[in-house]
Amino acid sequence: MTSAAISAPLVLTVSGLYLLTLFAIAAFADRRAAQGRSVIGNAWIYTLSLGVYCTAWTYFGSVGRAAAGGVWFLPIYLGPMLAMLVAWIVLRKMIRIAQSHRITSIADFIASRYGKSPALAALATVIAVVGVVPYIALQLKAVSAGYQILTHGPGPQEEALVWWRDGALMVALALAAFAILFGTRHLDSAERHEGMVAAIAFESVVKLVAFLAAGAFVTWGLFGGMADIWARAKELPGLTDLLRIDRGAGGAGFPYAEWFGMTLLAMFSVLLLPRQFQMMVVECVDERHVKRAAWAFPAYLLAINIFVLPIALGGLVLFSPGAMDPETFVLSLPLSQGATALALFAYLGGLSAATGMLIVETVAISTMVCNDLVMPALLRQPWFGARTGGDLTRLLLNIRRAAIVGVLLLGYLYFQIAGDAYALVSIGLISFAAVAQFAPALLGGIYWRGGTLRGAFAGMAGGFLVWIWTLMLPSVAKSGWISDGFLLHGPFGIGWLAPESLFGLTALDPLSHSLFWSLLVNISLYAGLSLARAPSAREASQALLFVEVFAQDSGQGREQAPIFWRGRARLEDLTGLAARLLGPEQSRRFFEDYARETRAPSVAEIRADARLVDRVERRLAGVVGSASARVLISKAAQESPLGIEDVMEIVGEASEVRAYARALEKAGAELREANERLKSLDQMKDDFMSSVTHELRTPLTSIRALSELMLDAPDMEEPEREEFLGIIVSESERLGRLVNQVLDLAKIESGHAEWRIVEMDLRKLVSDAGRSTAELFHQKNAELILTLPEGPRLLRADPDRLTQVMVNLLSNAAKFMPETGGRAEAVLREEPGWFVVEIKDNGPGVPLADQATIFEKFRQAGDALTRPPGTGLGLPISREIVERFGGSMGLVSQPGQGSCFSFRLPVGREEAARNDSNS
Amino acid sequence: MTAKVLIADDEPNIVVSLEFMMKRAGYQVLIARDGPSALEAIRRERPRLVLLDGTMPGMTGFDVCAAARADPELGGMKIVMLTAKGRDADIARGVGAGADAYVTKPFSTRDLVKMVQEMLA
Repeated sequence: MTSAAISAPLVLTVSGLYLLTLFAIAAFADRRAAQGRSVIGNAWIYTLSLGVYCTAWTYFGSVGRAAAGGVWFLPIYLGPMLAMLVAWIVLRKMIRIAQSHRITSIADFIASRYGKSPALAALATVIAVVGVVPYIALQLKAVSAGYQILTHGPGPQEEALVWWRDGALMVALALAAFAILFGTRHLDSAERHEGMVAAIAFESVVKLVAFLAAGAFVTWGLFGGMADIWARAKELPGLTDLLRIDRGAGGAGFPYAEWFGMTLLAMFSVLLLPRQFQMMVVECVDERHVKRAAWAFPAYLLAINIFVLPIALGGLVLFSPGAMDPETFVLSLPLSQGATALALFAYLGGLSAATGMLIVETVAISTMVCNDLVMPALLRQPWFGARTGGDLTRLLLNIRRAAIVGVLLLGYLYFQIAGDAYALVSIGLISFAAVAQFAPALLGGIYWRGGTLRGAFAGMAGGFLVWIWTLMLPSVAKSGWISDGFLLHGPFGIGWLAPESLFGLTALDPLSHSLFWSLLVNISLYAGLSLARAPSAREASQALLFVEVFAQDSGQGREQAPIFWRGRARLEDLTGLAARLLGPEQSRRFFEDYARETRAPSVAEIRADARLVDRVERRLAGVVGSASARVLISKAAQESPLGIEDVMEIVGEASEVRAYARALEKAGAELREANERLKSLDQMKDDFMSSVTHELRTPLTSIRALSELMLDAPDMEEPEREEFLGIIVSESERLGRLVNQVLDLAKIESGHAEWRIVEMDLRKLVSDAGRSTAELFHQKNAELILTLPEGPRLLRADPDRLTQVMVNLLSNAAKFMPETGGRAEAVLREEPGWFVVEIKDNGPGVPLADQATIFEKFRQAGDALTRPPGTGLGLPISREIVERFGGSMGLVSQPGQGSCFSFRLPVGREEAARNDSNS
Repeated sequence: MTAKVLIADDEPNIVVSLEFMMKRAGYQVLIARDGPSALEAIRRERPRLVLLDGTMPGMTGFDVCAAARADPELGGMKIVMLTAKGRDADIARGVGAGADAYVTKPFSTRDLVKMVQEMLA
């Protein structure tokens, strides 16, 4: 096996160029954002930015984990996939809350929910820092190890480097510069860091492609595909076990508890790690992006994990046992085969995984440290008065910058001290378990109004202490810095306090064990203390704003949330405070916008009421965090403390306002609907008038034109003159018929028609109508057959009107009789509850397209040439009449095979008929 | 040389009057009774002028007019739209479709003949 190495200057140059590319991308995105043409406003960028979850730990550690435990690396990715399934519900709520309150970090989120407590914010920050610094160290270690492998060739590493040749330090400093440039651009942390997000999305692409490239090289370059790796791994003793799913990190049998614990842990961490919260919640541009991320992010995780097992097995097969650290297989496999370019690319992938995490994590942590640790301390200083002093923006930015450098250096220091103490994977898991302590307070806080500050604080503190005792200290002890005697025998020989087997619980692995006890303590304290004492007014009000966030904000940007503040404030105090924290320019713009929104004539005339105070506080919260903003406001204004009754009262008022707004909205909708109806009626009237006009003008046109022509042509031939006069007469008749029918229809429709309702015999009516129209059929050489039942069929109706219907239908049938062999039939029959009259003919039938509309006004079927004279109103009038007596009309027709018009009338509808009678 | 005039209308009695009028004025008369056959007659016979009813079955006169105007080979043909719909919107539609004149029914036979004669002069 050849062993290759790449020259250090080349690796440094490539790394440097890569980092420069990141700077360029971030600078480009920030410039676009400043021009109002954001590049991060789409769901794909959002999804890729979530890829910051995959750190160097994923990149190198997963392979190591797979080499040691087979599929045991999977739960860390199953968890996020499961979490993303419910993301649409939980994450969307978190995003909505964070945007409405201008939340800057996860510590801020939790503290804000529990009455904007500075103490809780500080505790959360401490947990995050303690939990995450080792994780940062891990990233630096990965970069450093990768660099060493590339420059010295694969194999065990020997001497430590002098500090100025230390790649890890260089990377840490370069990233500090990046985070300072693109993470502290605006003071308002609730605003997005577009450049940073764009750079992270780019890094997600680089690491995915690099890992896939390395995986493909191993799978198809070094082996003959996945099946080949599998087969060759099976031949090796000791590797067979790896391929079995029912094998945990150590024991035999399927490790249900471990899988469950790991998956749960990863589910929490994808939401709760400071960098995840930063990317998912704080930097989210549009909550609808979550919808795509919910499937696309799991797909990303799947893709980046496809080659983990092949690389792990390939490394185990190719390298002799113990010769190579499995965590470096991604680099050492290509390098050992002389594929230096690929090795360099794979190294860049690892670098991108590490830098992405480092950038976002330090920005998130530095915001927390600045807002929730440093600011509260400053606020306690007498010289840091809210009413006095100048612009604080520069000071705040510098605190944040210092925090960034501090966090990275802390990580570096940790790496220097503890660098070789742990396997990469265990550090990651320890961090996960620390941030899992946020879960009860955070998830409980957005769904349970009863959660209190005492409960949240005690739960988080208790869980954190258990975490220290059961996970943190043992890992320190295992590194050999303190005696590990207490691990086995407990402190002072008290066996049931032994960190990895509390109360004698030995059935679980150390991680599941720690998770079990810490979350048990956490949840018990949280729920127990919350239930024991009712929340204070401030907690109750924040609880309401969080839990009911969707009720207050209908998503249309209208602020209907109740405002929980009472007291007196002076406009000058608020403008002064805002100017100090936002800077004069931002502050001026803020108050000008507010003046416009409240329709105040000028900034000086803004009313310093609760609404303004609330708005200023929210705006400041985006800069210094909700807890510090609260303290600042309380110093700047004279507040009246709120009691729980006040809170209830404000909620009541707000819900009244909401109910009123809803009622208004409903009334508005009704008005709009009525207006629409009127409009459509108007349109119908308009159409009707237009149709009537058209129908009247058509015969008039013939009459006028022919009369004029006869007048102008005295020399006209006699037959022609007679033809013209005949047309004039028939068109006049058509005109008269039309006028009568329009009037008739108008009368029926408006309810002014006169109805003469008597008991009548429908059988006699049908037979009489047949007799009176017999002549029409006779003219067409057609026959009309009547098929009637025996004896009278009595009902109450208007016989004249029903005769009108019968004559209309029969004369229609007669009109459409074919030249020869015409045949029509009128049938009266009974169905249960109904009399049915059918008029069948063997005419041309009604075209399918016309069947649906034939009972509407002016819808004669066919064109003028084939259609016999008619007004187009006969059928609509018939339908009105039949419907008047509770019946309906129907048509069944196959074009070319005749048609069957029918109407049905209810039997024994005397009551209704009598009531309708107005004669 | 007598000019060809196409009468396109689905009302037989109106066609009778228009035909009489145009023949008396000395034109050669062609007749179509629906939209598609009107368009076909226009393409085949190349009339100098078309009296086109707005509401015909198959294809409205407005559509026939627009189709004829879209055909570059039919340049120079005059189109007079006749319609019984008198709303402003209908007139605008007729003009928009490219008619040379728009006549509302019922019309004056004398004015119509005069207009046709002027157009074909």
